[in-house]
Amino acid sequence: MSKISVSQITKVFGQNPKQGLERLNQGYSKDEILADTGNTVGVNQASFNVEEGEIFVIMGLSGSGKSTLIRLVNRLIEPTSGQVYIDDEEITNMNKEDLIEARRQKLGMVFQNFGLFPHRTVIGNVAYGLEIQGVEKEEQIEKAKQSIVDVGLNGYENSYPSELSGGMQQRVGLARALANDTDILLMDEAFSALDPLIRKDMQDELLRLQKRLGKTVLFITHDLDEALKLGDRIAIMKDGQIVQVGSSEEILENPANDYVSNFVKDVDRSKVLDASQVMRRPEVLTTYKNGPRTAVRKMEEFGASSIFVVDRDERFQGLLTIDDAIRSHKEDIPMEDVLKQDIHKTTPDTPLNDLIGIAVETKYPIVVLDEDNKLLGIISRVSILSGLVLGKEHDEEVTEA
Amino acid sequence: MNYFYFPLEQWTNTFVNEWFLPTFSSAFESISVVLNSFVDFVTNTLLFIPAELFTLILVLIAWRLGGKGLAFFTLIGMLYLGSVDIWEESMNTLSIVIVSTFVSLVIGIPVGIFSAMNNKIQAVVRPTLDFMQTLPSFVYLIPAVLLFGLGGVSAVIATFIFAAPPAVRMTNLGIRHVPKEVIEASKAFGSTSKQLLFKVQLPLAVPSIMAGVNQTIMLSLSMAVIASMIGAPGLGATVLTSISRVNIGLGLVGGLGIVVLAIILDRITQGIGQNTK
Repeated sequence: MSKISVSQITKVFGQNPKQGLERLNQGYSKDEILADTGNTVGVNQASFNVEEGEIFVIMGLSGSGKSTLIRLVNRLIEPTSGQVYIDDEEITNMNKEDLIEARRQKLGMVFQNFGLFPHRTVIGNVAYGLEIQGVEKEEQIEKAKQSIVDVGLNGYENSYPSELSGGMQQRVGLARALANDTDILLMDEAFSALDPLIRKDMQDELLRLQKRLGKTVLFITHDLDEALKLGDRIAIMKDGQIVQVGSSEEILENPANDYVSNFVKDVDRSKVLDASQVMRRPEVLTTYKNGPRTAVRKMEEFGASSIFVVDRDERFQGLLTIDDAIRSHKEDIPMEDVLKQDIHKTTPDTPLNDLIGIAVETKYPIVVLDEDNKLLGIISRVSILSGLVLGKEHDEEVTEA
Repeated sequence: MNYFYFPLEQWTNTFVNEWFLPTFSSAFESISVVLNSFVDFVTNTLLFIPAELFTLILVLIAWRLGGKGLAFFTLIGMLYLGSVDIWEESMNTLSIVIVSTFVSLVIGIPVGIFSAMNNKIQAVVRPTLDFMQTLPSFVYLIPAVLLFGLGGVSAVIATFIFAAPPAVRMTNLGIRHVPKEVIEASKAFGSTSKQLLFKVQLPLAVPSIMAGVNQTIMLSLSMAVIASMIGAPGLGATVLTSISRVNIGLGLVGGLGIVVLAIILDRITQGIGQNTK
């Protein structure tokens, strides 16, 4: 069971939406319909499912219909056709009372320009959703205070929105949506009006809260980097249609069409790719069965001047250079004692971005270890660069296109 | 241009005298009785309060809402009204202003709310307001007298027609200017339309509504002189007398009295508007 299920939802704006809908079904394009009937197609037969606890991002440029789409989910805009289900209950055929109840119990919302009530204090804003449900005054205050603490705004309860900075105002917006304790958060370009540093803070905050509270989030953005950072899955919208749904890797590596590939062309791959995607498996030497003599022979074989050493459980021991191997052999020092230990280590999910600086400074490759210290792979300077430029090998064609 | 004669005058007279008045006279009679007792009640109350006490209360209100300067001005103004011997006339004018403002707001604000909610209502209301505001006031003094007789009630009705439009317009405007996202937020959290209106739209429209109230009061005062032509007592009557007797001094006394009331009421209602922002 999906938390949110949207099926063939369509919105046609204009005098005679039914006429526009008919033409859509006959396969006319958005532009043709506008020219013929004067109707604007906002959203065209969009379908997607959002699973419980997932951050689902809808990404598109302005005019792609993404803000209309999120408003169709809670019926701030009435759909022309199609269905929306929340927890298997159909929202689209509900009467007014049931819809109000569903909005109160299931759907919190955060807006691009905050949509705060300027005549209410922070706590008055946050408690609004509870107040209109007729919750006891003490309970309102208690829950509102909890959400204010959750978003890091304690101490500002009695300020008015106009006294707060943009970032703080959006924290109020977030707290207001959290206070109702709905499973679902609808976020319409929630961070787009904030400056880049504050925006990053808020993204991290959202990820943290989502992890802790397990909300299902439907997030709208026009910013691909934001989509890739937040989204467990991403839907890309164009001209009111969803052109691709997938994880960030799927979208980067297998764009569904030219539009998507064009879109992801300029993406900052260092933020998206992580260590596991650019590392390669090195030739290794296993300590328990090989001595320095074997090490030297292996290095000769591969034309390398050093080799990584692991124990019998593949746990990383260190790096053996050719000089040290010869010294170990000649002076009869145990190989374990000549291994280099000052190698930079990292985990497979470290963003590539964080490794660039290290790769520039260190002369040995970076080793990627799992939590048991097992050697998973190594990352050389070259592999970082090629990762940045090409992504993974097989989307070469895409980036060249 | 007179290709044919359009007997608007005759038709109107026939319509009003032979059908409208006989049919509705009892209805207008009861409106008249209600309004009359309302005007009398307010006038009697204002005159019953000793001038000194009234001044004290008004000065305190002025101080609270407009600051020291306004309080001082109010004190001087009240002293003026007393010392040129037009206190009773001032209270008469004030009571007509109070009653007609009250009627204007009780009818005007809800009409403003409905026309903000519904474009079809607005399409009817707007031209009606234009008509009310541009029709020369002397024209509707006649039917007012026909329907309600000479005196305070006709004055209230004529004043209402002249002064209600800003209350309607500014209420409508204030509600329509509430940011779209704030309304969406209220709806998204599950407000009923009533909660949306009373918890969000009206509170945010208050500054605009108060500007409308202020205009309504000012227009009511400016109707005082005209309304005195149909027998309304008060400062307007003083001015009217001065015109008929060509008594410049008396004209100044009455005219200044209206100005004093206007300034005090204007500043106090502006103060209310600002405090709610």
